[in-house]
Amino acid sequence: MKLKKCALILSLSLPISVLMAQESKQFEELQQQVRKLQQMQENSEQTQLEQRRLIEALSRQLADLTQQKSSMTSTNANIVRSELSSNATNAATPAIPPVSAPAWSATQPITIARAGSSYMNMSFDAVMAVGGSTAKDPSAYLELGDHDPSKNGFSLRNAEISLDGAVDPYFNGFANIVFKLDNHNETSAELEEAFLQSTSLPGNLQLKAGQFFANFGRQNSQHPHSWAFVDQPIILGRAFGPDGLRNIGAQLSWLAPTPFYTELFLGVFDGQGGTAFSFRNTGAMDALGVDRYHGHATTDRTVGGVQDLLFVPRWASSFELTEHQTLVTGASVALAPNDTGADSRTEIYGLDAYWKWKPSQANAGYPFVSWQTEALYRRFGAGADPLAPTPLQAETLRDWGFYSQVLWGFKPRWVAGLRGEYANGNSGQNDANEVFRGQRTRISPALTFYPSEFSKVRLQYNLDHGEHFGDEHSVWLQLEFMLGAHGAHKF
Amino acid sequence: MKRSIFVLIAAVMLSAPAFAKLNVVATTADMASIAKEIGGDKIELTTLAKPTEDPHFVDAKPSFIVKLNHADVLVEGGAELEVGWLPTLLTQSRNLKLAAGATGHVLCAQGVRLLDVPTSLDRAKGDIHASGNPHFLVDPENAKIVARNIAEAFCAQDAPSTELYRSNLTRFIESLDLKLKEWQKTLEPFKGREVVSYHDSWLYFGQRFGLKMDLFLEPKPGIPPTPAHLAEVIAKMKADHIKVTIVDPYLNRKTAETVARNTEGVVVDVAQFPAGVKGTEGGYIPLIDYLVNSLAKALGEVK
Repeated sequence: MKLKKCALILSLSLPISVLMAQESKQFEELQQQVRKLQQMQENSEQTQLEQRRLIEALSRQLADLTQQKSSMTSTNANIVRSELSSNATNAATPAIPPVSAPAWSATQPITIARAGSSYMNMSFDAVMAVGGSTAKDPSAYLELGDHDPSKNGFSLRNAEISLDGAVDPYFNGFANIVFKLDNHNETSAELEEAFLQSTSLPGNLQLKAGQFFANFGRQNSQHPHSWAFVDQPIILGRAFGPDGLRNIGAQLSWLAPTPFYTELFLGVFDGQGGTAFSFRNTGAMDALGVDRYHGHATTDRTVGGVQDLLFVPRWASSFELTEHQTLVTGASVALAPNDTGADSRTEIYGLDAYWKWKPSQANAGYPFVSWQTEALYRRFGAGADPLAPTPLQAETLRDWGFYSQVLWGFKPRWVAGLRGEYANGNSGQNDANEVFRGQRTRISPALTFYPSEFSKVRLQYNLDHGEHFGDEHSVWLQLEFMLGAHGAHKF
Repeated sequence: MKRSIFVLIAAVMLSAPAFAKLNVVATTADMASIAKEIGGDKIELTTLAKPTEDPHFVDAKPSFIVKLNHADVLVEGGAELEVGWLPTLLTQSRNLKLAAGATGHVLCAQGVRLLDVPTSLDRAKGDIHASGNPHFLVDPENAKIVARNIAEAFCAQDAPSTELYRSNLTRFIESLDLKLKEWQKTLEPFKGREVVSYHDSWLYFGQRFGLKMDLFLEPKPGIPPTPAHLAEVIAKMKADHIKVTIVDPYLNRKTAETVARNTEGVVVDVAQFPAGVKGTEGGYIPLIDYLVNSLAKALGEVK
């Protein structure tokens, strides 16, 4: 424990030293920025004043016209007026001066929101699926993810409103609000993410804080619409539950001064609830009203100290293998207590790799070949439960598995994919018949067509095999559409 | 003891840039070559997108984060051409010198009058750019504006070399002006002639040199050609005796060849970026030289 504290202090003091060194330089830079912003503000105030005068003049003209022409309703006039004033507010933004500022003319278009001139990007993205499985209820044991197709027939498990933009010169803000329909077509909503990210910390540091997906491996932090397959990999479902590892907390990341990309992350999260599935999660209630997880009774533990938080360190590096091939590798760990005992802890370890080939003369990003793989190992230390119907001793439950997927963008807009998965674990004293544990494999070929960057149609077949249920076959057709401005994607 | 180490580190960090070359990152090769004209050997230049690759779809590779992290100056278009990949890289690069509005972040389009600014934002019309057509640098007049923008940033970031940057700018603009007259003369006989292109990225070039470039193999921006649309294009080309089709290195040349075969026309390989096609490796002026001469040759041959 002492050693850990020392390491923590050391890791915190390192950036502080760099911070001190850069202080004076940063002070000058900030002074410069302030002067510049002040000037910009003055300019924009002037513009705003002029525009206000213009609006008044135009509004007067408009009022005259309204009286003359009965065809022009007063609502129309109001819309025009509000559009004009919204243009004026946009012009007052102390951002980059407009690229070209031609004089206003009656024929010039008036837009309410345009990329770069509104305070935030807004988008709506819906992913739905239709299909069927030989399993009567696919969500009962085949599809572990909360955004996976949940039933035979139609399902819509992810309709997402995304907002992002610069908060001020120091932070960017992000929010993702997800709506989904359950098997009885009832709507539920979740605040999937709401976080801010620093833009101006010194020493190559970046801070993220709020509710967000932990940076563990590759797929955990990706949103369903950017997944290459219809469903979440089995091993991710077993380690992180239906929602992925997503919690309230903060993350400090550091871009290392290496010639190739290396970034170190340290996430610290609250670590409680269903979105911290393997950690302080009370599990499900049994018939007697006792919360159990892997059969062990749980107590809803609160944070008593630093040791009760969830720590997620990660390392990632990238290498340009050739002019056309890029490799990204990473290692992640998630450490926190769980709810099955006073000293019970869970550890999850993961390795991930992503490789992509794209030729020099790629057209709209095609052709390409990519390979992504992740391997995870979970060690769940369960506390003793002498009061269970069959008394349980303290035990260690282990899960391991991997997925590996290859994508081939063989011509513009078309991507063929193949994914193979394996997951297994020891059954312990309670889980001998548990469908969410034990050996499972899955093979999934998929074909995706992107009519544009903003829509897609995907056909996927799953051949599932599990030691508890034998073979199951599923076919899913997925449809996605996106409205609005969506942020650029990471590699 | 500790304190003095900090001071030492601080001193090294602050003094290092004074001796080093200006580290410049350009998103595409056209802006890079103009930056080279202005910066000469005072700058260390890195280009992110390959000259042969579609500039709309560049992978946001992690190695770019490192390049941007080290940069003193970023030269980007500023007209949303790079919107699909640059913003996320910039956030991750953690470089205050390249923050929005900072002098180290050059938006080349600043001062350029962008054409085709959409009257309404409607994706049913294809993937249109909200701030206007971003392929403005194939007009040499715009290259002058871009050169000035870049020179201004270099002077602000590296005051001791101001004179050199200014004289390089003057020299570049003078040679552009000279060349421009020559280019105008070469294309003069073909004024009003129509040239078919794949994507609407040649508007500014056409306008500068009096060529009509409003017939495209793509039915809508970003939507690949369809047989029905190609049939329409071919019919129009036949009716109006249009014979020249140009194609960028990353676009499907076979489609252009099919069109040419059906209209007894020719296909001309073009690029918007130096080194995008053979013979344009020398930089911006050799690129426009190549474009003007190969178009004049093709237009002269087909009649």
